[in-house]
Amino acid sequence: MNELAITVIGRDRPGIVADVAEVLARLGANLTDSTMTRLRGHFAMTLICVGPAAADVEAALAPLAADGHLLATVRAVTPDAGSEPTGEPYVLAVHGADRMGIVAAMTRVLTDAGGNVTDLSTRLTGSLYVVVAEVELPPGVSDEVAGRLTRVAAELGVGVSLRPADTDLL
Amino acid sequence: MTGPEYAGLGGWTPEKLGVPGAVRPVVTAPEPVLSRPGPEVDPTSAEVVRLAADLVATMRVSPGCVGLAAPQVGVSAQVFAVDVTGHPKAVTVHGTFVLCNARVVEASRWKAGREGCMSVPDLTGDVKRASRLVVEGALPGSGEPVRLVTDGFEARALQHEIDHCAGLLFLDRVAGAHAIYQRKVYL
Repeated sequence: MNELAITVIGRDRPGIVADVAEVLARLGANLTDSTMTRLRGHFAMTLICVGPAAADVEAALAPLAADGHLLATVRAVTPDAGSEPTGEPYVLAVHGADRMGIVAAMTRVLTDAGGNVTDLSTRLTGSLYVVVAEVELPPGVSDEVAGRLTRVAAELGVGVSLRPADTDLL
Repeated sequence: MTGPEYAGLGGWTPEKLGVPGAVRPVVTAPEPVLSRPGPEVDPTSAEVVRLAADLVATMRVSPGCVGLAAPQVGVSAQVFAVDVTGHPKAVTVHGTFVLCNARVVEASRWKAGREGCMSVPDLTGDVKRASRLVVEGALPGSGEPVRLVTDGFEARALQHEIDHCAGLLFLDRVAGAHAIYQRKVYL
Protein backbone atom coordinates (compact mmCIF):
# COMPACT_ATOMS: atom_id res chain seq x y z
CA MET A 1 0.00 0.00 0.00
CA ASN A 2 1.42 3.40 -1.02
CA GLU A 3 1.61 6.08 1.64
CA LEU A 4 1.62 9.59 0.23
CA ALA A 5 2.39 13.00 1.72
CA ILE A 6 0.28 15.61 -0.03
CA THR A 7 0.31 19.38 0.40
CA VAL A 8 -2.16 21.77 -1.16
CA ILE A 9 -1.90 25.52 -0.63
CA GLY A 10 -3.59 28.45 -2.28
CA ARG A 11 -5.69 31.58 -1.93
CA ASP A 12 -8.56 30.63 0.36
CA ARG A 13 -11.99 30.15 -1.17
CA PRO A 14 -14.99 28.04 -0.19
CA GLY A 15 -14.74 24.50 -1.55
CA ILE A 16 -11.01 23.75 -1.55
CA VAL A 17 -11.36 20.89 0.95
CA ALA A 18 -14.37 19.43 -0.88
CA ASP A 19 -12.61 19.67 -4.26
CA VAL A 20 -9.38 18.04 -3.07
CA ALA A 21 -11.11 15.40 -0.93
CA GLU A 22 -13.39 14.48 -3.83
CA VAL A 23 -10.43 13.93 -6.16
CA LEU A 24 -8.74 11.74 -3.55
CA ALA A 25 -11.89 9.74 -2.82
CA ARG A 26 -12.51 9.12 -6.53
CA LEU A 27 -8.97 7.73 -6.83
CA GLY A 28 -9.45 5.47 -3.82
CA ALA A 29 -6.91 7.43 -1.79
CA ASN A 30 -7.81 7.08 1.88
CA LEU A 31 -7.25 10.28 3.83
CA THR A 32 -5.65 9.35 7.16
CA ASP A 33 -4.04 12.09 9.30
CA SER A 34 -4.27 15.68 8.11
CA THR A 35 -4.28 19.29 9.19
CA MET A 36 -5.95 21.99 7.18
CA THR A 37 -5.98 25.61 8.18
CA ARG A 38 -6.07 29.16 6.90
CA LEU A 39 -2.79 31.03 7.12
CA ARG A 40 -3.03 34.75 6.30
CA GLY A 41 -5.64 34.19 3.62
CA HIS A 42 -3.96 31.12 2.16
CA PHE A 43 -5.56 27.75 2.78
CA ALA A 44 -2.97 25.11 3.59
CA MET A 45 -3.61 21.37 3.63
CA THR A 46 -1.07 18.78 4.73
CA LEU A 47 -2.35 15.25 4.30
CA ILE A 48 -1.23 11.68 4.56
CA CYS A 49 -3.10 9.31 2.24
CA VAL A 50 -2.83 5.64 1.48
CA GLY A 51 -3.80 4.04 -1.78
CA PRO A 52 -2.85 4.95 -5.31
CA ALA A 53 0.53 5.75 -6.85
CA ALA A 54 1.90 9.26 -6.36
CA ALA A 55 1.87 9.98 -10.09
CA ASP A 56 -1.84 9.17 -10.34
CA VAL A 57 -2.69 11.54 -7.51
CA GLU A 58 -0.51 14.26 -8.97
CA ALA A 59 -2.26 13.92 -12.34
CA ALA A 60 -5.70 13.96 -10.75
CA LEU A 61 -4.95 17.10 -8.72
CA ALA A 62 -3.42 18.91 -11.71
CA PRO A 63 -6.75 20.32 -13.04
CA LEU A 64 -7.39 21.94 -9.63
CA ALA A 65 -4.03 23.70 -9.87
CA ALA A 66 -4.45 24.64 -13.52
CA ASP A 67 -5.73 28.15 -12.84
CA GLY A 68 -2.60 28.92 -10.84
CA HIS A 69 -4.45 29.57 -7.59
CA LEU A 70 -3.61 26.26 -5.95
CA LEU A 71 -0.27 24.53 -5.61
CA ALA A 72 -0.32 20.78 -4.95
CA THR A 73 2.60 18.47 -4.22
CA VAL A 74 2.53 14.69 -3.84
CA ARG A 75 5.32 12.44 -2.71
CA ALA A 76 5.58 8.84 -1.60
CA VAL A 77 6.70 8.41 2.00
CA THR A 78 7.70 5.45 4.14
CA PRO A 79 4.95 4.45 6.55
CA ASP A 80 5.67 5.24 10.19
CA ALA A 81 6.60 2.13 12.13
CA GLY A 82 4.69 3.48 15.14
CA SER A 83 5.61 6.24 17.55
CA GLU A 84 8.48 5.61 19.92
CA PRO A 85 7.95 6.16 23.62
CA THR A 86 8.99 9.78 24.01
CA GLY A 87 8.59 12.16 26.90
CA GLU A 88 6.18 14.13 28.99
CA PRO A 89 3.75 16.47 27.20
CA TYR A 90 3.93 20.24 27.71
CA VAL A 91 2.35 23.27 26.11
CA LEU A 92 4.66 26.17 25.25
CA ALA A 93 3.15 29.61 24.73
CA VAL A 94 5.12 32.65 23.60
CA HIS A 95 3.74 36.11 22.87
CA GLY A 96 5.15 39.55 22.38
CA ALA A 97 6.23 42.09 19.82
CA ASP A 98 7.14 40.47 16.54
CA ARG A 99 10.81 40.20 15.67
CA MET A 100 13.08 37.92 13.68
CA GLY A 101 14.10 34.60 15.20
CA ILE A 102 11.57 33.94 17.98
CA VAL A 103 10.63 30.44 16.77
CA ALA A 104 14.25 29.60 15.96
CA ALA A 105 15.53 30.60 19.40
CA MET A 106 12.72 28.94 21.36
CA THR A 107 12.75 25.65 19.51
CA ARG A 108 16.56 25.48 19.72
CA VAL A 109 16.25 25.50 23.52
CA LEU A 110 13.76 22.61 23.31
CA THR A 111 15.91 20.61 20.89
CA ASP A 112 19.06 21.08 22.94
CA ALA A 113 17.19 19.64 25.96
CA GLY A 114 16.20 16.53 24.01
CA GLY A 115 12.65 17.81 23.50
CA ASN A 116 10.46 17.25 20.47
CA VAL A 117 7.86 19.62 18.99
CA THR A 118 4.78 17.64 17.93
CA ASP A 119 2.48 20.53 17.00
CA LEU A 120 3.11 24.23 16.56
CA SER A 121 1.10 27.23 15.39
CA THR A 122 2.16 30.83 14.99
CA ARG A 123 0.00 33.89 14.41
CA LEU A 124 0.99 37.45 13.64
CA THR A 125 -1.74 39.98 14.26
CA GLY A 126 -0.77 43.62 14.12
CA SER A 127 2.56 43.73 15.91
CA LEU A 128 1.61 40.86 18.26
CA TYR A 129 3.34 37.56 17.58
CA VAL A 130 2.01 34.36 19.18
CA VAL A 131 3.53 30.88 19.22
CA VAL A 132 1.76 27.88 20.77
CA ALA A 133 3.44 24.49 20.65
CA GLU A 134 2.87 20.99 21.92
CA VAL A 135 6.21 19.69 23.14
CA GLU A 136 7.49 16.42 24.51
CA LEU A 137 10.31 16.72 27.02
CA PRO A 138 12.47 14.03 28.61
CA PRO A 139 11.44 13.40 32.24
CA GLY A 140 12.94 15.76 34.81
CA VAL A 141 14.17 18.53 32.52
CA SER A 142 11.15 20.83 32.46
CA ASP A 143 12.31 23.22 35.20
CA GLU A 144 15.68 23.69 33.55
CA VAL A 145 14.04 24.14 30.13
CA ALA A 146 11.56 26.65 31.55
CA GLY A 147 14.48 28.62 33.01
CA ARG A 148 16.35 28.65 29.72
CA LEU A 149 13.23 29.61 27.78
CA THR A 150 12.65 32.50 30.19
CA ARG A 151 16.20 33.79 29.68
CA VAL A 152 15.95 33.52 25.88
CA ALA A 153 12.50 35.15 25.94
CA ALA A 154 13.87 38.04 28.00
CA GLU A 155 16.61 38.60 25.41
CA LEU A 156 13.92 38.66 22.70
CA GLY A 157 11.60 40.87 24.74
CA VAL A 158 8.73 38.36 24.69
CA GLY A 159 6.82 36.43 27.36
CA VAL A 160 6.93 32.65 27.62
CA SER A 161 5.14 29.95 29.59
CA LEU A 162 5.67 26.22 29.72
CA ARG A 163 3.00 24.16 31.42
CA PRO A 164 2.27 20.43 31.63
CA ALA A 165 -0.40 19.25 29.20
CA ASP A 166 -1.71 16.77 31.71
CA THR A 167 -4.60 14.59 30.66
CA ASP A 168 -7.43 13.45 32.90
CA LEU A 169 -8.09 9.81 32.11
CA LEU A 170 -11.76 9.11 32.62
CA MET B 1 -18.11 7.02 54.72
CA THR B 2 -19.44 9.86 56.83
CA GLY B 3 -19.58 13.61 56.49
CA PRO B 4 -21.87 15.86 54.52
CA GLU B 5 -20.29 15.09 51.15
CA TYR B 6 -21.42 11.48 51.43
CA ALA B 7 -24.95 12.37 52.45
CA GLY B 8 -26.17 12.19 48.85
CA LEU B 9 -25.44 8.47 48.67
CA GLY B 10 -26.75 7.55 52.11
CA GLY B 11 -23.74 5.37 52.85
CA TRP B 12 -24.13 3.25 49.71
CA THR B 13 -21.25 0.92 48.87
CA PRO B 14 -20.86 -1.64 46.06
CA GLU B 15 -21.12 -4.41 48.68
CA LYS B 16 -24.82 -3.56 48.98
CA LEU B 17 -25.30 -4.98 45.47
CA GLY B 18 -24.85 -8.39 47.06
CA VAL B 19 -23.41 -10.00 43.94
CA PRO B 20 -19.77 -10.40 42.94
CA GLY B 21 -18.80 -8.41 39.88
CA ALA B 22 -17.19 -9.96 36.83
CA VAL B 23 -14.59 -8.15 34.78
CA ARG B 24 -15.95 -7.48 31.29
CA PRO B 25 -13.93 -6.53 28.21
CA VAL B 26 -13.88 -2.79 27.47
CA VAL B 27 -14.88 -1.86 23.92
CA THR B 28 -13.22 0.91 21.94
CA ALA B 29 -14.41 3.35 19.27
CA PRO B 30 -15.68 2.95 16.58
CA GLU B 31 -17.76 0.23 18.28
CA PRO B 32 -21.35 1.38 17.47
CA VAL B 33 -22.64 0.85 21.03
CA LEU B 34 -20.51 3.82 22.13
CA SER B 35 -22.43 6.15 19.81
CA ARG B 36 -25.91 4.94 20.69
CA PRO B 37 -27.97 6.66 23.43
CA GLY B 38 -28.59 4.08 26.14
CA PRO B 39 -32.16 3.44 27.31
CA GLU B 40 -33.26 4.12 30.88
CA VAL B 41 -33.10 1.04 33.10
CA ASP B 42 -35.01 -0.45 36.00
CA PRO B 43 -32.41 0.01 38.74
CA THR B 44 -33.95 -2.76 40.85
CA SER B 45 -33.72 -5.46 38.18
CA ALA B 46 -31.28 -8.33 38.73
CA GLU B 47 -29.75 -7.60 35.34
CA VAL B 48 -28.92 -4.00 36.28
CA VAL B 49 -27.57 -5.05 39.68
CA ARG B 50 -25.24 -7.53 37.95
CA LEU B 51 -24.20 -4.87 35.42
CA ALA B 52 -23.47 -2.42 38.26
CA ALA B 53 -21.27 -4.99 40.02
CA ASP B 54 -19.48 -5.77 36.75
CA LEU B 55 -18.81 -2.07 36.07
CA VAL B 56 -17.25 -1.67 39.52
CA ALA B 57 -15.15 -4.83 39.08
CA THR B 58 -13.97 -3.78 35.61
CA MET B 59 -13.20 -0.23 36.77
CA ARG B 60 -11.14 -1.60 39.67
CA VAL B 61 -8.90 -3.78 37.52
CA SER B 62 -8.30 -1.04 34.94
CA PRO B 63 -5.22 1.04 35.87
CA GLY B 64 -6.01 4.73 36.36
CA CYS B 65 -9.69 4.21 35.62
CA VAL B 66 -11.95 6.58 37.58
CA GLY B 67 -15.22 5.81 35.83
CA LEU B 68 -16.83 3.31 33.51
CA ALA B 69 -20.18 3.46 31.72
CA ALA B 70 -22.32 0.55 30.52
CA PRO B 71 -21.73 1.27 26.78
CA GLN B 72 -17.99 0.83 27.43
CA VAL B 73 -18.61 -2.82 28.31
CA GLY B 74 -20.88 -3.19 25.30
CA VAL B 75 -24.23 -2.62 27.06
CA SER B 76 -26.44 0.21 25.84
CA ALA B 77 -27.92 1.43 29.13
CA GLN B 78 -27.90 4.44 31.44
CA VAL B 79 -25.68 2.95 34.14
CA PHE B 80 -22.16 3.96 35.14
CA ALA B 81 -19.64 3.57 37.96
CA VAL B 82 -17.36 6.33 39.28
CA ASP B 83 -14.56 6.35 41.84
CA VAL B 84 -12.13 9.27 42.01
CA THR B 85 -10.84 8.34 45.48
CA GLY B 86 -7.19 9.36 45.85
CA HIS B 87 -7.00 11.30 42.60
CA PRO B 88 -4.77 14.34 43.07
CA LYS B 89 -7.25 16.67 41.35
CA ALA B 90 -10.32 15.48 43.26
CA VAL B 91 -11.85 17.83 45.83
CA THR B 92 -15.25 16.41 46.78
CA VAL B 93 -15.12 12.60 46.72
CA HIS B 94 -18.13 10.29 47.11
CA GLY B 95 -16.11 7.06 47.02
CA THR B 96 -17.17 4.21 44.74
CA PHE B 97 -20.72 4.47 43.45
CA VAL B 98 -22.97 3.41 40.61
CA LEU B 99 -25.80 5.54 39.26
CA CYS B 100 -28.69 4.60 36.99
CA ASN B 101 -30.66 6.99 34.78
CA ALA B 102 -28.48 9.90 35.92
CA ARG B 103 -28.94 13.40 34.61
CA VAL B 104 -27.30 16.76 35.22
CA VAL B 105 -29.69 19.14 36.93
CA GLU B 106 -27.29 22.02 37.65
CA ALA B 107 -23.97 22.86 36.04
CA SER B 108 -21.77 25.93 36.46
CA ARG B 109 -18.17 27.19 36.52
CA TRP B 110 -17.15 25.72 33.19
CA LYS B 111 -13.47 24.92 32.85
CA ALA B 112 -11.44 23.55 29.96
CA GLY B 113 -9.34 20.46 30.53
CA ARG B 114 -7.68 17.72 28.52
CA GLU B 115 -9.46 14.36 28.69
CA GLY B 116 -8.66 10.83 27.70
CA CYS B 117 -10.91 7.78 27.65
CA MET B 118 -10.33 4.03 27.84
CA SER B 119 -12.63 3.63 24.84
CA VAL B 120 -10.59 6.09 22.72
CA PRO B 121 -7.13 4.91 23.73
CA ASP B 122 -5.02 6.81 21.18
CA LEU B 123 -6.45 10.33 21.42
CA THR B 124 -7.01 13.06 23.98
CA GLY B 125 -9.00 16.27 23.60
CA ASP B 126 -9.68 19.62 25.21
CA VAL B 127 -13.21 19.67 26.62
CA LYS B 128 -15.06 22.22 28.73
CA ARG B 129 -16.86 20.74 31.73
CA ALA B 130 -18.75 22.25 34.64
CA SER B 131 -16.67 22.25 37.83
CA ARG B 132 -19.79 22.66 39.99
CA LEU B 133 -22.39 20.00 39.37
CA VAL B 134 -25.62 18.58 40.71
CA VAL B 135 -26.65 15.17 39.40
CA GLU B 136 -29.78 13.16 40.10
CA GLY B 137 -30.13 9.44 39.51
CA ALA B 138 -31.05 6.16 41.15
CA LEU B 139 -28.96 3.64 43.06
CA PRO B 140 -28.81 0.13 41.62
CA GLY B 141 -30.50 -2.46 43.81
CA SER B 142 -32.74 -0.32 46.00
CA GLY B 143 -33.62 2.05 43.17
CA GLU B 144 -33.46 4.82 45.76
CA PRO B 145 -33.30 8.28 44.14
CA VAL B 146 -30.16 10.27 44.94
CA ARG B 147 -28.97 13.81 44.41
CA LEU B 148 -25.22 14.36 44.31
CA VAL B 149 -23.59 17.75 44.72
CA THR B 150 -19.98 17.70 43.63
CA ASP B 151 -17.18 19.67 42.01
CA GLY B 152 -13.78 19.53 40.33
CA PHE B 153 -12.51 16.21 39.09
CA GLU B 154 -15.48 14.17 40.31
CA ALA B 155 -17.80 16.57 38.45
CA ARG B 156 -15.75 16.09 35.27
CA ALA B 157 -15.84 12.31 35.64
CA LEU B 158 -19.63 12.33 36.15
CA GLN B 159 -20.22 14.44 33.03
CA HIS B 160 -17.95 12.16 31.00
CA GLU B 161 -19.86 9.04 32.14
CA ILE B 162 -23.32 10.61 31.70
CA ASP B 163 -22.21 11.50 28.17
CA HIS B 164 -21.27 7.84 27.54
CA CYS B 165 -24.79 6.80 28.58
CA ALA B 166 -26.16 9.29 26.04
CA GLY B 167 -23.95 7.87 23.28
CA LEU B 168 -21.48 10.76 23.38
CA LEU B 169 -17.71 10.58 23.53
CA PHE B 170 -15.37 13.43 24.52
CA LEU B 171 -14.74 13.68 20.77
CA ASP B 172 -18.28 15.06 20.44
CA ARG B 173 -17.39 17.94 22.75
CA VAL B 174 -13.83 18.95 21.78
CA ALA B 175 -13.18 22.68 21.78
CA GLY B 176 -12.19 22.94 18.11
CA ALA B 177 -10.45 21.49 15.08
CA HIS B 178 -7.09 21.84 16.78
CA ALA B 179 -8.14 20.39 20.12
CA ILE B 180 -7.57 16.67 19.60
CA TYR B 181 -4.16 15.18 20.16
CA GLN B 182 -2.40 11.90 19.65
CA ARG B 183 -2.19 10.36 23.11
CA LYS B 184 1.37 10.63 24.34
CA VAL B 185 3.20 7.50 25.39
CA TYR B 186 4.75 8.16 28.77
CA LEU B 187 8.19 6.88 29.61
